[in-house]
Amino acid sequence: MQISFTLNGRPTTVEVEPATLVAELLREQLNLTGTHIGCDTSQCGACVVHLDGLPVKSCTLLAPALDGATLLTIEGLQGAPGSNRMHPMQEAFREHHGLQCGFCTPGMLMTAVALATEKPDLTEADVRHGLEGNICRCTGYQNIVVSVMAGAAAMNAAKGE
Amino acid sequence: MGNVIGIGAAPKRKEDQRFLTGRGNYVSDIKRPGMAAGVFVRSPHGHAVLRGIDKSAALAAPGVIAVLTGDDVADDGLGSLPCGWGITDAKGVPMKEPPFPMLAQDKVRFVGDLVAFVVAETVEQANVAAELLKVDYEVLPSVVGVLEAVRPDAPQLFDDVPNNICCDWELGDKAAVENAFKKAAHVAKLSLVNNRLIGNPMEPRAAIAEYEPGTDRTTLWTTSQFPHVVRFLMGALVLNIPQHKLRVVAPDVGGGFGVKQFHYGEEAVITWAAKRVRRPVKWVASRSEGYVSDRHGRDHVTEAELALDETGKFLAFRVNTLANMGGYLSTFGPNIPTNLYGPLLGGVYTTPAIYCNVKVVFTNTVPVDAYRGAGRPEATFVLERIVDVAAAEMGIDRVELRRRNMIPKEAYPYQTPVLVQYDSGDPMGCLDGALAAADVKNFGVRKAASASKGKFRGLGYSTYVEACGLAPSRFAGRLGARGGLYESATVRVHPTGQVTVMIGTHNHGQGHETTFAQIVSDKLGVAFENVDIVFGDTDRVQFGMGTYGSRSLVVGGAALSKATDKVIAKGKKIAAHLLEAAEVDIQFESGKFSVAGTDRAKSFEEIAGAAYVPHDYPLEVLEPGLEEQAYYDPVNFTYPGGCHIAEVEVDPETGTVTLVNYTAVDDVGTVINPMIVEGQLHGGIVQGVGQALFENAVYDEGSGQLLSGSLMDYCMPRADHLPMMKVATHSTLCTHTPMGVKGCGEVGTIGSPAAVINAVVDALSHLGVTHVDMPATPNRIWRLLQNASLPVAAE
Ligand code: FES
Ligand code: FES
Repeated sequence: MQISFTLNGRPTTVEVEPATLVAELLREQLNLTGTHIGCDTSQCGACVVHLDGLPVKSCTLLAPALDGATLLTIEGLQGAPGSNRMHPMQEAFREHHGLQCGFCTPGMLMTAVALATEKPDLTEADVRHGLEGNICRCTGYQNIVVSVMAGAAAMNAAKGE
Repeated sequence: MGNVIGIGAAPKRKEDQRFLTGRGNYVSDIKRPGMAAGVFVRSPHGHAVLRGIDKSAALAAPGVIAVLTGDDVADDGLGSLPCGWGITDAKGVPMKEPPFPMLAQDKVRFVGDLVAFVVAETVEQANVAAELLKVDYEVLPSVVGVLEAVRPDAPQLFDDVPNNICCDWELGDKAAVENAFKKAAHVAKLSLVNNRLIGNPMEPRAAIAEYEPGTDRTTLWTTSQFPHVVRFLMGALVLNIPQHKLRVVAPDVGGGFGVKQFHYGEEAVITWAAKRVRRPVKWVASRSEGYVSDRHGRDHVTEAELALDETGKFLAFRVNTLANMGGYLSTFGPNIPTNLYGPLLGGVYTTPAIYCNVKVVFTNTVPVDAYRGAGRPEATFVLERIVDVAAAEMGIDRVELRRRNMIPKEAYPYQTPVLVQYDSGDPMGCLDGALAAADVKNFGVRKAASASKGKFRGLGYSTYVEACGLAPSRFAGRLGARGGLYESATVRVHPTGQVTVMIGTHNHGQGHETTFAQIVSDKLGVAFENVDIVFGDTDRVQFGMGTYGSRSLVVGGAALSKATDKVIAKGKKIAAHLLEAAEVDIQFESGKFSVAGTDRAKSFEEIAGAAYVPHDYPLEVLEPGLEEQAYYDPVNFTYPGGCHIAEVEVDPETGTVTLVNYTAVDDVGTVINPMIVEGQLHGGIVQGVGQALFENAVYDEGSGQLLSGSLMDYCMPRADHLPMMKVATHSTLCTHTPMGVKGCGEVGTIGSPAAVINAVVDALSHLGVTHVDMPATPNRIWRLLQNASLPVAAE
C-alpha cells in the first residue's frame, strides 16, 4: 500500500507492506539508519522517533499508521537539511559526555527532546523517570541525566531569544 | 593552526558528531549489492541427540537460496571453533577440550546451539523456511547448575568428560594454608553464588560476509572487539582461508563488555555460506537471540574460608569454586575463572597464604566467557564479602579490619602468594579518600532518618585491586594462552604534518579516537583535530589484539607512545641534517625541532614535508617518509584498584533495595582524559550494581530452558534505579607502562557488586542476616525478612 507523510520536514510517499514496522521502513527502505533497533520487546528505546511531535517506539508502530502524519527522526533533529549546527540537546550530550558507544544515543536524544519540550523545567527525578523506557548499557546514565538537564535549559534559553 | 591538546585535558570526543546525528556506521546499517539474508535455526532443547535434519520443505520455500547444516560443514572438512586458552590441572594434565562445531553435528548442548543456517532473498523468507526445517531431536535431560553437573548421576555432555569436569585447577600453597588454619584464632566461612549474567550491549550482534570471485577475497563485517583475532582464528583454524585473502572489519560497534570479544560460530558460518552461495549474506541477531547465544558471564558457586589471628590479621585464605563453562569452551572461557580469578584473591591485603581450587564444569547452558571484569569481580566479591563476615564475627569494625591487613603504600612493589606482583598502589589512600567523600562520619544521622521512615539503611565497602592490561606474552603463554597479548600502532605522518594512526585496539564506546589523538597531539605537538585514529579493519591496520581486559590505553597506548617516539627520533635525524647540527644536539619540544642553545629550528610540519619532498635530505643515510610502527608487549599486568562505598535503603514492607549514595575513589594511574575516565567509571559501576541488584540469568534445571530470555525477564538497570554517583581518582603511577597508565574500563564493575551487597547485609544485620546472594531483588529480600520474622510495619 502507498502511504504519504512528512519525514524530517519533507513530503514523502512510499510503498509499504501492511506489516512493515516504522523502524524497518526507515532503516531498510529509506536508508535512515540513525534509528536503531536494540530489542524485540519494546524495552530498549533505541528506536524512538517523534510521531506528530510525540515520542514513540518505532519498532512497535506499523508503517500504515504514518499516513498523513509528521515524523521526525534523529537525522532531522539538527535543523535545516545540510546544516551542521546541532540541536541544543545534541550539543548538550557532546558537552557532558552523555554517550559512549552511541547506539542508544539517537533514541535517548529523541526521548530527551520530547521530555524537555513537554516540561521545560525538568528536575533530575523527572529526567530519570522520563528515561525509564530507554536503556543505555554504557554510561551508567549519570552523564545522560546531566546532558538532558543541560539540553533542556539550552532549549529554554533558545526559545526565550 | 589548531589546538594542541595535552595529557590530562578533557576535549570533547571526536566520535560524538557522527553518533549524535545518527550517522554512525554499525554493521546492521551496512548494505551490499545483491545482499541475501541469513537466519539461524537454533536448538530449542538444552540437550538432545541430533538424529537427522530434513531440509526438503525448507529448500522448496519461496526465495530460499541455501540451507546449511552440520553435515555440510563436515563435508567441506571445516574445523571447529578454537579455544584460545588451554589450562592444566594440578598434575599438569591438560583440560578436556571437546570440539565446538560451528553447526551442531552429533548433539546439541544448549538452547540456542546452532543447528542450521538458512539463506534467502529476504529475512521474512528465511524465517518462513527456517520454520519448515524438520529437525529430529532425541531429547535428553539437561543439567544447568554446577552443583548438579558434577554429581555422578548427572547427564553427561561429552562421553570423554567424566562428571562434566573440564579441568580441576588449583593455585597456591595448599599445605601452608592448612597449617595456617590450624593456628587460627578465628575462621570465617562463607558460601556464595556469583550469579550468571548476560552482557546486553545495546547493539545486538550482526555480521555480513561477501566473497569476491575475481580476487578470491572474502570480507566479513562483524560486531567484534578484535577483528584481527577473528581473522586469525576463523581464517587459519576454522575455514582454512589464507589470511591475506580475508578481511575482517568491525566498524562502529555498539558496546561490547566482553560479549563481542569471542570468535562466534555465526561469523564462521556466514563467511563460509557467502562463498558457497556467491552472494553477500547478512545476519542481524534479535535481542532474544542474543540471550541464547551471546556468551554469558560469571556463574560461580563458592565456598570460602578466611583464617585470622586474635588481632584480626589474615593468616590464610582458602577458596573452592565450581565455575560454569556452559556447553562448550568459548574463546577465553577456561581462562576466566582460573588465571583471572585465583591470582586476584590476594586483593589489597597481606594475606600470607592463599589456596584456590576451581573445578571448571560443562553444563547445558550458553558458553560462559569474559564479561566486563572477567574473573576479577568474582574474586573481589568473595574476598570483600568474607572480610565483612569476619569483621562481624570478631566484633572488629569493617574499616578497621581492612586497615589492619592492607598493603601499605611503602610496601610496593608487592609480591602476593598467588603469582602476581603489584607494581604500585595506595589502597589506604583510596580508602581515606572514599570515607571522606562518602561522608561516612554522618552515616548514623542518615540511618536514623531512614529508621524514622521505617526503612533500614546500610553502608558497604569494597576495597579492591584488579589486574588489567593483560599480560606479558611470555607469562600468558606459561598460563596457557595460545596467542600473544601485545599491541601495535602505526603513526603515519602525512607530508602536511597531519597524522593518521592505525591501532590494533577497537573502539566501541571507550573514546579511543579522542584519547589516542590526545596522546599524539601531546607528544608531537600536532593539533588535536589533525590526528585521526583508524581501527577495526584488518586491511587498514597492521595487526592487533583488540579491546578487552582494560588493555587499550595500557597496551595499545604504550604501542602508540613507542611509535610516536620513533617518529620523533627520525624527525631528529632529518632536522639534524637540515639544520646542519649533530643529531644529539637536536631537541624536540612543543612541535619544534631545534638545535640546543640556539634559535635555529624547524617545525614538525617542515620536517614532515622534507621527509616526503626529499630535495635536501640525506638519502644515503635516511629513507624518505615519516611513518613508524611499534609493537608493545607489556612487562607486567597493571593493577588499578580503589575503594567503593555504597549506601542503600531497604524497605522492609516490599523488600526493595534502593541505592541512595555511591562513592568511588579509584587508582587508575595516569589519567589521559578525565571526562572519559569518569564516564568509564560510571558505566562500570552501574554494570556491577546491575549484577548486585537486578540482573540474573535463570535456567530451568531439567529442560535447560533460559527463563530470563528477553529484556522483559532480565532486569537491566534503568536511569531511575540510580542516584548521582561520586567518583574520583587517587592515582599512583604504574611503574612500567610508558605513560604510567593502569586502565579504567573495568574497575567500576569489579569494585561495585561487593560494595552494594555489603551495604544490603549491613542494612539487615540487626536481623541476623549475614549474607545475601545476588541479585538482591525485592522478592529475595522480602523472603529473607519473612524468615528473619522481623517486627515489620512498626507503625
Ligand atoms: S527497538 Fe524499539 S524499544 Fe527496543
Ligand atoms: S552509549 Fe552505549 S548504550 Fe548508551
